[in-house]
Amino acid sequence: MAVSTTSAPITYATRVDKVGARYQFTRALRIAVVVLYATISLIPVFWMVTAAFKSRPDVVAIPPKVFFTPTIEGFISLLTKRVLLPPGMMEEYKQRTDLNFAERIMAERGQRITGPSQYGQRLLNSVIVASASTVLSVLLGVLAAYAFSRFNVPGKGDLLFFILSTRMLPPVVVTIPIFLMYQQLRLYDTHLGLILLYTVFNLSFAVWLLKGFIDEIPREYEEAALVDGYSRLQAFRKVVLPQAITGIAATFVFCLIFAWNEYAFALMLTSERARTAPPSIPTVLGTGGIEWSAIAAGTLGFLVPVIIVTFALRDYLLRGVTFGALRK
Amino acid sequence: MATVELSHITKKFGSVTALNDVSFTVKDGEFFVLLGQTGAGKTTTLRVIAGLEKQDAGEVLFDGVPVNDVTPAERDTAFVFQYYSLYPTMSVYDNLAFPLRAPGRNLSEAEIKQRVHEAAERVRITHLLQRSTRNLSGGEMQRVALGRALVRRPKIFLMDEPLSNLDAKLREALRIELNRLQREAHSTTLFVTHDQIEAMTLADRVGVLREGVLVQVGTPREIYDFPATTFVAKLVGVPRINLYNAARADGMIRVPDSTIQLPAPMHVGLPESFTLGFRPEDVQITPDGDLSGQITLLEPLGVETIVHIRSGRQSLLSTVSGIADFSIGSEVRYRIVRERLHFFDRKTGRRLSLN
Ligand SMILES: Nc1ncnc2c1ncn2[C@@H]1O[C@H](COP(=O)(O)OP(=O)(O)OP(=O)(O)O)[C@@H](O)[C@H]1O
Ligand SMILES: [Mg+2]
Repeated sequence: MAVSTTSAPITYATRVDKVGARYQFTRALRIAVVVLYATISLIPVFWMVTAAFKSRPDVVAIPPKVFFTPTIEGFISLLTKRVLLPPGMMEEYKQRTDLNFAERIMAERGQRITGPSQYGQRLLNSVIVASASTVLSVLLGVLAAYAFSRFNVPGKGDLLFFILSTRMLPPVVVTIPIFLMYQQLRLYDTHLGLILLYTVFNLSFAVWLLKGFIDEIPREYEEAALVDGYSRLQAFRKVVLPQAITGIAATFVFCLIFAWNEYAFALMLTSERARTAPPSIPTVLGTGGIEWSAIAAGTLGFLVPVIIVTFALRDYLLRGVTFGALRK
Repeated sequence: MATVELSHITKKFGSVTALNDVSFTVKDGEFFVLLGQTGAGKTTTLRVIAGLEKQDAGEVLFDGVPVNDVTPAERDTAFVFQYYSLYPTMSVYDNLAFPLRAPGRNLSEAEIKQRVHEAAERVRITHLLQRSTRNLSGGEMQRVALGRALVRRPKIFLMDEPLSNLDAKLREALRIELNRLQREAHSTTLFVTHDQIEAMTLADRVGVLREGVLVQVGTPREIYDFPATTFVAKLVGVPRINLYNAARADGMIRVPDSTIQLPAPMHVGLPESFTLGFRPEDVQITPDGDLSGQITLLEPLGVETIVHIRSGRQSLLSTVSGIADFSIGSEVRYRIVRERLHFFDRKTGRRLSLN
């Protein structure tokens, strides 16, 4: 007896106000503007991607080469440590048969690979620090935002302002005190140190953003769950969280991007063990001169993880970044 | 099933007194309707009973036991909310199953499935079970909400205007279904509405709430025939009751600025000036009526016609059954049924009990 009445979605193309010449024109105009903007903002990215695949002479060629023979020299320089071969040993080295693919390429440039670089380790540090601090910020943020949204927290207004005020001064101002403090606390050059710091910075943002999202979820839903036999925490998990998912995803991406890109603190507070990618990429100095293609390759590798996450969450983001103004 | 008693409940929100010393009892298996206009405190009453709101004073008792410190989950009520009744991220089936999956109930999925289907059948939504709740129609949503309340056997059903967001036809259909469900299940139900028709048709007993004060509790008949105040008299009955400032002199009741006059009842206790009320159906248009007036407006509703009659500078309503063939402007004679007059205190609006 399954009588299913599926309601057909509205086809907006047939809406009367969307077929007129005027509408068509403004639409074309809007698209043109967007395309132009996208092109302009993609030029640096394009530059970087091409530079990463250019050989050493190509990358500094003037005028810049748009067509060139791609090479992975840059990536190899990024991932390895090398020494310059003395001219006498060059021929002999090139004759060796036990050279692998990468070694052969570098030999052409008169370099011998001595071992892996630290780039991999630093990228891994970035992943650890950024993901841990982001998860922590969102987790604590969503709990705090829920409490601020639903309960009569004493001094709520003041607390919320206080949380916001941590964002009011430029972070650089506090780098010196934090540096000294971290040395005392033995947090200098540790993952934990950076994770805590980024969490503190992101938390205020996460609380405010998530509070906005949670405020919009009517409390009747949780109350229904309470009456249905669930505890407050269970109601929160089963009823509130699924509805806040857009907000959580948006907050997650924002926090992740901040932690991932952070440069100043990472430079000040780490040296060897916990150094993340941003402060290390510009220091990829080659043997004799700046290795532009290695730097470009490093930046490219650095971009990929954020792009993947943002892309995976894009459906949520579209609604998330409009702060709930755009509904389904 | 259980009895639910409210004893001297007071609830304030800041300076607003939402409930002021409210006491009443919903008996076991009774369909109790709280009737009141917007802001009267109906929702607040339900929330206090469900444990979602803590009263400032007074007690809620389930089966005679105070439940003041019992959590909403342990109170075991089923709440149909005024708005937002369904979990938007779940399918209809999961919405119905949600209360059964609550921790502590420990039901197997097979058992849950069976009970969900049972409930779905009772509110006739079996064909919707696999749908998402997003694009259900208003009527379907309210059925699902009712189903979710029915799926377990709670101590009491709390329903907050479950029919108010529906169009008239659907409201009528669901009202009849609710009536049927209640009769089948004999569940203790507290139903809240601002619609006097729902109250009159569904209730075993009605409580009338006004600005946080419970004005009257009684069967629909008691409420209609013996309204405790002019407020209640005006609240129930369509078309509304005729009310006038009236005076008693020389054994007659007179309504100023009109030709309406009636012999005063033989009782003692009727003051010289008071508020007189009589319902439209008690104004009978007949050729041998002792009063006369001029017809100013006719509202033919089909089942009955509402006749507006002018008498001096006052006007009164009468109903005749079917579509009446009077013409506007013509004179009519009518009579007012003496036994069914209502007398209220001019100042307080309270019913005057004459004996
Ligand atoms: N959480 C609250 N904070 C402040 N005032 C409230 C709150 N809840 C209710 N009130 C006030 O209490 C009074 C009663 O509200 P309630 O919601 O119980 O009315 P109601 O009878 O359900 O009205 P309606 O028919 O509009 O739903 C109203 O004046 C309302 O503004
Ligand atoms: Mg209400």
